[in-house]
Amino acid sequence: MIHLQLASDYLLLIKRGDNLNNNILSLKNICMQFGNEVILENLNLDVSKGQFLTLLGASGCGKTTILRIIAGFLQPLKGKVIFENKDITNLPPHKREVNTVFQKYALFPHLNIFENIAFGLRVAKKSKQEIENRVSEMLKLVGLSRMAQRSVNNLSGGQQQRVAVARALANYPKLILLDEPFAALDLRLKKDMQFELKKIQAKTGITFISVTHDQEEALSMSDIVVVLDKGKIQQIGPPKDIYNEPKNAFVADFIGESNIIDGIMLEDYLVKFVGKKFKCLDKGFEKGEKVDVVIRPEDIKLVSPDAGHISGVVTSSTFRGVNNEIIIDVDGFKWMVQTIEYKNVGDIIGLGISPEDIHIMKKSKYSSEIGDYSSFSDEFFNEKEEICH
Amino acid sequence: MITAHSVTNFLMKKRRFAINLKIFSMPYAVWLFLFSVLPMVFVLYYSITNSENNFTLENFFEIKNYSRTFVRSIVFSSISTLISFLLGYPAAYAISKLSKKLQKIVIVGVILQMWISFLLIIYSLMTIMESNGIINKFFNIFGIDCPIINTKIAVIIGMVYGSLPYMILPIYSSLSKLDVKIIEAAQDLGAGKLKIFTKIIFPLSTPGVLSGFLMVFAPNMSSFIISKMLGGSENVLIGEVIELKFLGGQYNPWSGSAIAIILMFFIIICTSVVGYLIYYKSEK
Repeated sequence: MIHLQLASDYLLLIKRGDNLNNNILSLKNICMQFGNEVILENLNLDVSKGQFLTLLGASGCGKTTILRIIAGFLQPLKGKVIFENKDITNLPPHKREVNTVFQKYALFPHLNIFENIAFGLRVAKKSKQEIENRVSEMLKLVGLSRMAQRSVNNLSGGQQQRVAVARALANYPKLILLDEPFAALDLRLKKDMQFELKKIQAKTGITFISVTHDQEEALSMSDIVVVLDKGKIQQIGPPKDIYNEPKNAFVADFIGESNIIDGIMLEDYLVKFVGKKFKCLDKGFEKGEKVDVVIRPEDIKLVSPDAGHISGVVTSSTFRGVNNEIIIDVDGFKWMVQTIEYKNVGDIIGLGISPEDIHIMKKSKYSSEIGDYSSFSDEFFNEKEEICH
Repeated sequence: MITAHSVTNFLMKKRRFAINLKIFSMPYAVWLFLFSVLPMVFVLYYSITNSENNFTLENFFEIKNYSRTFVRSIVFSSISTLISFLLGYPAAYAISKLSKKLQKIVIVGVILQMWISFLLIIYSLMTIMESNGIINKFFNIFGIDCPIINTKIAVIIGMVYGSLPYMILPIYSSLSKLDVKIIEAAQDLGAGKLKIFTKIIFPLSTPGVLSGFLMVFAPNMSSFIISKMLGGSENVLIGEVIELKFLGGQYNPWSGSAIAIILMFFIIICTSVVGYLIYYKSEK
């Protein structure tokens, strides 16, 4: 009996030890302030080895500040940066085993592609042979083998990015930071480079931390997405969880499109909104608790007005290529529905909502900020009014 | 209504306007011709004729008599260029590190010197370096009496004094254009302060350094007032020789012109080499 207990304790220890080793980077209680402006507020983040983690948020949410703190260009006001179980908070950037792919790549204009990639190796005083081997390995990895001697000044955006990635990888760092890596590329190239970068990450097994404001990029590339707003982490999780189970109205609104409606949780698996009761899959709320109900536009089915739970008038219909985006006015609340059917403005239609389409969130400070799908100009004027107040 | 006719008409008007703009550059072109091109033609003409107006190349061989002076000029202007680089680079670097506001103020301070007549500066240097000047009086306290005036050092000091702003400004301009992100990238890849300077900052500022060299070396090479006023009779430079041939006791504009032509070609070759280096650096 005692033996068994010991064994399980031991197992627990191993597990915990494993966990410790698995965390390549931890940010502990990071606070950051520029002047009076609070950028990061008591931020905690653990990054596992080999992960592709994305910090996602609008500009000014503090994501770039986090990256710069990890790289060492900024010192946090409070808190610690733990890298491989060592406190590196006060280590200067050039002594960290972290390399960055800069937003506009920041290639060295006076050096050719080969020398750009070799820079870190030359600084580290590697042997000539090793540099030669490593650089050609990197060139091969990013598909620029034939261009080693070319100047970096006449390269296309995609090529520049390849060089930047190769340069960051050449030192075999344990962690790569990417600052808006695709912001300077056009849509098509972006898609290609995202695919390639993901491949490179899988091949090398190096931990990547990327910063972006592009939710699509975050969802398609990452193992873990960290949604940030106003210097605080709103949600951490795999892309699917972030999309399917947003924690609050901000996340639901920022990631993809969502209809967010005020509701009341009547009991487990039963929620009331727009004056009607709906079965759902959520539980664990208090009886009568006010909640936010999220329903994704692509989950709503269009049915005949009398067959649906809710019905309303189509106020706008926009062709989006893969689908049509229609806005439906239900008693003054504008719903968005994405469908392959085509509806005319003025049509009266019913909305079909199944229990698995409903996601319930606790109320947050964002609940009041995020409204329905009133047209852009409506929202614009509303916002203007708010500013006037 | 837009017709083909109205379009061509519009384009014609545009073209005429472009031609009109060229007219505004005419006064300068005339100026350039009268006071630069024409004198140059005269100098060239003088250099290949003698006092009887006959064609000759003998004037050019006269340089033999001044080979020492010519070499001295090269040495002096090289040394002064080097010194102003050694003084100017750190200064330019320091200025580029200041806050934007302070940078402007300090740069005006550097330029300030260019607003003062150089002759005035030379005169004040003379009074400072004289045997009754501040410097010598200071030496006298320690029982030393060595006025700097009329020495090689005096000429070098004069040259460096005049050159510094022309060295600092181009270097500063290339340093201030440097992208901070590039320096951060180098730091990120493991380069410490010294490596960042030797591998990134200095190489990227070489166009500024080279144009600084150009703007300092060429004028110093042909300067005559500095050596005349500060150098005494022992430190005659080639510019002074040319002056003497035109205005001085050794009146001989024919050989003076020939020496001027030789000097000009020497400077052209130097500047072309440096110019090519700048081009090569910035294009590469």
